Amino acid sequence: MIRLERRSAPSPAGMVLIPLTAIFLALLTGAVFLYINGLGSPKGISWGQVLAVYTGMLDGAFGSGYGLSETIVKAIPLMLCGLGVSIAFRMQLWNIGAEGQFYMGAFAAAWVALSFPDLPACVMLPAMVLTGMLCGGLWGLIPAVPRAYLGVNETITTLMLNYVAILWVNYLVFGPWKDPQGMNFPLSKPFTPAAVLPTLGNSRVHLGLAFALVLAVALWIALRQSRWGYEVTVIGESPRAARYAGMNITKNILLVMFFSGAIAGLAGMAEVSAIAQRMQQGLSPGYGYTAIIVAWLAKLNPFAILLVSFLLGALQVGGYSVQSSGVPAAIVFMIQGALLFFVLGGEFFNRYKIVCTGKTKMEV
Amino acid sequence: MTQEFLITILATAITAGTPILYAALGELLAERCGILNLGVEGMMLVGAVTGFVFAVRSNDPWVGVLAAMLGGGALALVHAFLTVTLQANQVVSGLALTLFGTGLSGFIGKPYIGIPVENAFKPVTLGFLSDIPVLGPVFFHHDPLVYVTYILVPVLWFFIYYTRPGLHLRAVGENPAAADSLGVSVYRVRYLYVTLGGMLAGVGGAYLSLAYAPTWLENMTAGRGWIAVALVIFAIWNPLRAMLGSYIFGGIDALGFRAQAMGVMIPSFFLKMLPYIFTILVLIMVTRKAMANRVGAPGALGLPYDREER
Repeated sequence: MIRLERRSAPSPAGMVLIPLTAIFLALLTGAVFLYINGLGSPKGISWGQVLAVYTGMLDGAFGSGYGLSETIVKAIPLMLCGLGVSIAFRMQLWNIGAEGQFYMGAFAAAWVALSFPDLPACVMLPAMVLTGMLCGGLWGLIPAVPRAYLGVNETITTLMLNYVAILWVNYLVFGPWKDPQGMNFPLSKPFTPAAVLPTLGNSRVHLGLAFALVLAVALWIALRQSRWGYEVTVIGESPRAARYAGMNITKNILLVMFFSGAIAGLAGMAEVSAIAQRMQQGLSPGYGYTAIIVAWLAKLNPFAILLVSFLLGALQVGGYSVQSSGVPAAIVFMIQGALLFFVLGGEFFNRYKIVCTGKTKMEV
Repeated sequence: MTQEFLITILATAITAGTPILYAALGELLAERCGILNLGVEGMMLVGAVTGFVFAVRSNDPWVGVLAAMLGGGALALVHAFLTVTLQANQVVSGLALTLFGTGLSGFIGKPYIGIPVENAFKPVTLGFLSDIPVLGPVFFHHDPLVYVTYILVPVLWFFIYYTRPGLHLRAVGENPAAADSLGVSVYRVRYLYVTLGGMLAGVGGAYLSLAYAPTWLENMTAGRGWIAVALVIFAIWNPLRAMLGSYIFGGIDALGFRAQAMGVMIPSFFLKMLPYIFTILVLIMVTRKAMANRVGAPGALGLPYDREER
């Protein structure tokens, strides 16, 4: 007879096996949809061709120095946004507004770069970092206030603000900020070189990587060593216990949402400064949403967030590289969504084990 | 403000509100049985694309609606499996559903971007009803999917509050352990209504791609699924109020659209922000009121049910 038994602690093997199985199953899901989609095309499709799509993606992401550096470039905003949302998630605050906070951070940084083009780099870049973080943080604070004082559902409000932020940026690049020499494209004027973050050698890998690494270490220490980190963890796990212990939940909601938004804002600042080097429409291909998957997959561990960002960055670069052979880039988001499903489902096996007992046979 | 203008606005409010209404009714059913499904946006998108693909291929919009129901329902079934059977976190599972649905719809819809659908839903008049002054043009110059909601909403309302299965549905959402001890299968009820909810979200999506703006565009729902989730809170989980709320949101959509057409000197980007900002404001007001009156969500909303922990 098969029955489920509750585990007292998650098994160590499961901690490794479950994410690996989830990755495999998510890729398999993608493969099945590729195959079904291919059947509808006039040329038809074989499983060999599906496999070729995957090897093509792998090659695109890791096969060359350029591919590898692009993977890191895509991983940087995921790392930062992932770190940002992970703080909020730890407190069971469902901040899914990283996308909007990213855009507002980029907006504020771009505003500095475009309004004060004569600043030297040593003033310009810190100013862009600070305003970007401040603006992203404030954008995170807007839904935090009604959440903290009235208990208004933050999932919906943070998401609604994503649309507002994107429309705001679009208004700027289609209107007041539009570059007169931009051939009517929704772009601002390019930044001066002083407003561009330094990069590593000839690659596009920029200083944002260092921001992410430092933040990950800082966050890891803060969560483990500081009183604040302890409070956030307790509030997340049991708000009632936290209240009895005299912790200020309202203050922590505001603080956590501000930091969460500020880090996403920093991601926006880094992206607009180092990669786009001007404000433009569609600055993010959904980094803020992918960050949710990153944070959950990494179980909110800062170092795991770095690693998972790298993997999902690779998936994105790989997805772009097979686009030329007719595979829609949307497959990347599909595989990411499936990945989150399988990881969630897999958590069940962290809590329960399947026990096969021989009893029934003996009874027969 | 002429009477004619007012009629146009109100009539547009209904067509713009109908996709949100379908989705909100679906979410309402899911939440009534205690399962929060934040995947509405994803289910709507998948409904929009499957509906469009099947309508184009079969040249029959009703086949499209059927396909959209199956598409939305299939996604909802995944959510039900994760949250009911595997007791996974409902918020995260819903987010996964939205992300997956967004990707899947973009993937399926790629070859269909810019293709016209020959046989989209068109307004049908209903005899003498459509001839009533003011009310006729506002309520009865619409496509059949709008008329379906005129019947669906009161039927759902009656079902939830005045029938035995409706009582079971509410009981499972309020207190699953008690419902279970009365012999109601909590798992079966939850699977059933979460799936039905997904089917309705699918129809909402298909309404967009087959009636409202008969075409397929990536991310064409533009947050309507999330607005529907907010609307359920506004509606205090009551279908009649959901209908009213949907039309208010549709009205705001319509106003923005009309203002642009009339040459109001506000950049369209700001007009497009209105529904999102309005959603936030409504949520804040409703939450305040709900706290004051102590009416609120189904008691067990968002909590997994484990028989062994009864």
